[in-house]
Amino acid sequence: MKKINLSHILIFLSLLFLSIVFLIPILTVLLNSFKNKFSISQTPFVLPSADTFSGIENYISGINDTGFLSAFFWSVFITVLSVAVIIIFTSMTAWYITRIKSRFNSVLYYLFVFSMIVPFQMVMFTMSKVANILRLDNPFGIILIYLGFGAGLSVFIFSGFIKSVPLSLEEAAIIDGCNTFETFWRVVFPILKPTAITVAILNTMWVWNDYLLPYLVIGSDYKTIPIAVQYLKGGYGSVDMGAMMAMLVLSIVPVIIFYLSCQKYIIKGVAAGAVKG
Amino acid sequence: MNRASKKWFTIFLLPTFIAFCIAFLIPFLMGLYLSFCEFRTVSDAQFVGLQNYIKAFSENREFINSLWFTLRFAIVSVVVINVAAFLLALLLTKGIAGTNLFRTVFFMPNLIGGIVLGYIWQLIINGVLFKYGYSITSNAKFGYWGLIILMAWQMIGYMMVIYIAGIQNIPTSIIEAARVDGAGPFRTLFNITIPSVMPSITICLFLTITNSFKLFDQNLALTAGAPSKQTQMVALDIYNTFYGRVGSEGVGQAKAVVFFILVAVVALLQLYLTRSKEVEN
Repeated sequence: MKKINLSHILIFLSLLFLSIVFLIPILTVLLNSFKNKFSISQTPFVLPSADTFSGIENYISGINDTGFLSAFFWSVFITVLSVAVIIIFTSMTAWYITRIKSRFNSVLYYLFVFSMIVPFQMVMFTMSKVANILRLDNPFGIILIYLGFGAGLSVFIFSGFIKSVPLSLEEAAIIDGCNTFETFWRVVFPILKPTAITVAILNTMWVWNDYLLPYLVIGSDYKTIPIAVQYLKGGYGSVDMGAMMAMLVLSIVPVIIFYLSCQKYIIKGVAAGAVKG
Repeated sequence: MNRASKKWFTIFLLPTFIAFCIAFLIPFLMGLYLSFCEFRTVSDAQFVGLQNYIKAFSENREFINSLWFTLRFAIVSVVVINVAAFLLALLLTKGIAGTNLFRTVFFMPNLIGGIVLGYIWQLIINGVLFKYGYSITSNAKFGYWGLIILMAWQMIGYMMVIYIAGIQNIPTSIIEAARVDGAGPFRTLFNITIPSVMPSITICLFLTITNSFKLFDQNLALTAGAPSKQTQMVALDIYNTFYGRVGSEGVGQAKAVVFFILVAVVALLQLYLTRSKEVEN
């Protein structure tokens, strides 16, 4: 018994050490966001002193230079609406193509699966041109693009689960006089809820952090957060390191709040999503 | 399902199908065709046969270099991430105090986007190298290992969560039976734990391999290919070919097709190889 405790203590201490190592990069950025911009890049591991402390100056210049508040708004707007649209339509699609057997449906299913392994670079140029021609190059149109791009993984995860849902429930609902639409939303979707949470989390992580797709489709008229951060770097001349640190902190904070408040779902969702794959 | 429900095609299938065609299917087919064409926009395409493919490999060595760099990066990062994630998963399924807290911390970097991750690590790595008079762009080696560290920091927690789920699925009766039969911890690990988590290994390898090959945001933010494109991965090389200079869109599209085939072949090969090793529980 004593031996087990000793090994547990050693494991605990090494995990504690590793956790600190894992947190150092984020803490370093946080510390440096309060230093003046000239004392950051050469001595990032030195604590702010009376000389180098700059209060919230970096935050003010970062927010002003990049239009962070509007970027935050568009990131939330695009992420929330895209994920909602993806959940609503891909769950219906997955149910339809799993339940109704036809050659078209099974070909479509394999096309969805196929789309998951195709690298974005394969379609980025043509897709952004198509989006341009169809006037989808705005924060509303991009939601349709995300539905199309997210469909592969989302339909795949939903169908994996739907296969295990007993048909008898749906048949009972139809006998009770529900039409197909009501059957799906009143009977099937409530059973799909845990899967829907998984799909929502995987898509939220993707859309929120996505850089290249919104950059190519919308450009810099409606910047999202990743585009705003990259924008600081763009152009010639030196980067304002202070503003950069502040922007990094402001980009991480919403993610950490989201993570800590739905941690249980996120970790379960990631594990469940992987098992389905 | 009865015939009546086929009428619901318009609501259930059509919106997703249209979006899928616009965002993926049509651009994919156009992309395949355009890789054999010379074009500036998509409407002025002229068929040139295999010329773009030949140019992709012969015009300069950038594409070949980026393929080689990506391959070297992918092999090392896939091994590092999976070994570390699996070891952490083993430690975090022993019922040690603070397990949930540790899991929370290790997983967290995964939620941060690639661009932000790139700049975080640029600060850290430049800060360390500055003491020796270097920066991350002074030598391709720094960018290479920087990318590996960054990728490990980001992906270890994700893979760890998947391995933990796999390990927790092993029935305790099997582990007990092995212990009764006198198997030591290493025998148990190699004869029971690893074979039982093969499905997790399959999916973790798939995710790490495809993510390593497709890496773009992190590459762009950390080094943007510097010095002199030596740390440029395939995805970034394709992007620069498309948007870097006018007139090479066709070559960019040809590179993208080669990249797509490469990723598809590697991913399917890996799925085939590891699936065949999975055991029925």
